[in-house]
Amino acid sequence: MEQAFFFYFACVIAATSVLVVALRNPIYSTLALLVMFFHVAGLYVTLHAEFLAAVQIIVYAGAILVLYLFVVMLLNLKQDVRYHRQWPMAAAVGATLVIEAIILTAMKGSTTPAVATDAETAIGGAGNTAAIGDVLYTTYLFPFEVASLILLVAMIGAIVLAKKDVGEREA
Amino acid sequence: MTELSLRLAISFVQILAEMSIVMLTVAIMTLAERKVLGWMQDRMGPMEVGPYGILQPLADGVKLFFKEDIVPAGANKAMFALAPMLTMVVSMIGFAVIPFGPDMTLDIGGLTIKPFVVADINIGILYILAIASIGAYGIILGGWSSNSKYSLLGGLRSAAQVISYELNVGLAIVGVLLLSGSLSLVEITEAQAGGFWHWFVWGARPDGFFPIHTQVFAFVVFVIAGVAETNRIPFDLPEAESELVAGFFTEYSGMKFAFFVSAEYASMVLVSCVAASLFLGGWNAPYPGTIFEYIGLEQLAWIEHIVWFAAKVYFFLFMFIWLRATLPRLRYDQLMRFGWKVLLPIALANIIITAVTVYLFPRG
Repeated sequence: MEQAFFFYFACVIAATSVLVVALRNPIYSTLALLVMFFHVAGLYVTLHAEFLAAVQIIVYAGAILVLYLFVVMLLNLKQDVRYHRQWPMAAAVGATLVIEAIILTAMKGSTTPAVATDAETAIGGAGNTAAIGDVLYTTYLFPFEVASLILLVAMIGAIVLAKKDVGEREA
Repeated sequence: MTELSLRLAISFVQILAEMSIVMLTVAIMTLAERKVLGWMQDRMGPMEVGPYGILQPLADGVKLFFKEDIVPAGANKAMFALAPMLTMVVSMIGFAVIPFGPDMTLDIGGLTIKPFVVADINIGILYILAIASIGAYGIILGGWSSNSKYSLLGGLRSAAQVISYELNVGLAIVGVLLLSGSLSLVEITEAQAGGFWHWFVWGARPDGFFPIHTQVFAFVVFVIAGVAETNRIPFDLPEAESELVAGFFTEYSGMKFAFFVSAEYASMVLVSCVAASLFLGGWNAPYPGTIFEYIGLEQLAWIEHIVWFAAKVYFFLFMFIWLRATLPRLRYDQLMRFGWKVLLPIALANIIITAVTVYLFPRG
């Protein structure tokens, strides 16, 4: 049953990911990306990571992708503007991924699979939300704070860039 | 496999029941809106169909069903059809995690089910937020695919508005989560049992009356942001009829139009249900226990719980209509300034104050 769900999610993720770059209409690409985000969230649910699944949809599908759609609609991109000769780059990235896949397949069996034990999946009877919060504020406190600092810098940077002309006008 | 099919059958019955209740409420709301607006403006409202006009929703439904379905020239046909469906589905599936009755269990064929909540998942409130954030897609796509400038402007406005106010909804909820220590709407509601002073809008600790953890500011922010997220007056910029004809559904007619309208009413019902569950104690009565328990009919106490839940939801729904009759529409810059410079600081301050008071005076 879980295997069936995994293969369904994996197949749809692979198919929609290809569609995102292959479709000619940027709006359809964005929608393919939306479908992909949902199936990634589904994958998280099969891993008992419900909190991550919800956050995935809220942040990526609910906020970031809406902004993408917003921009795509406002710019109303011409189809030919969008396509440059990008196949050398695509070939380089693709080759790297294929090599990685071959290495991973070849190494299969030599390492023990990191299957989550029952104790690990059942961290805190209250579900994994509490567990994530606990770990985030103890073990990973420093990376967490650094990440929030980077976000703050990015936010201030965006405001400075957007507000550039205001200062000049006043001067 | 029989256990699985039984579980599926039970879930299906629950979903069907819940959807019929929601659609019935939507039908009542379409009539109530016109009637209450009429009374507030000193007129009668619809009076022609049936006694006192109460069959008006039926007549409206039949009319919309038989209307010609017009697709504008140059519209993207697939997206044009997809948008109302998406909006409708999104506004209906949120109800899956709403507990509209007490947290009791029934035993059917060896399966334990909760009759008053379709899915008691441990991330209930996050699920609602996720669903609400998807709601913008139907509106944006409807606006874009219509191939009309009014529709597109309405869709874009809606996107900006939903993103801005979604943030306030999320932050307003955090205070409640700090108090209840759970994301499940069932557990949040249960944490407010035992009288109105335990409701999170008042916020007394389980052993006292003093409103030390009051969430009244979060409550106000949530309700205002909820009105904005459902595109209702005074935040109905996406469908402002004096500027954009009808905004994102200008080009829609017949059943597709009906989908958009009923989706809007359904999301009003959803926001009301969430507000009632988070801040007003959900199905808990404003006094400890239930009257049915006092007179020795414990097995019927669930009726009283459901009546209280319905009463709270209808209070919010009435408030939606009341606001429409009272307030004029905001200007677009006022809308953005209000969301980011007024509601957001209040919500953030509420989180800090609640966190400090919960730390100093822990709940039990």
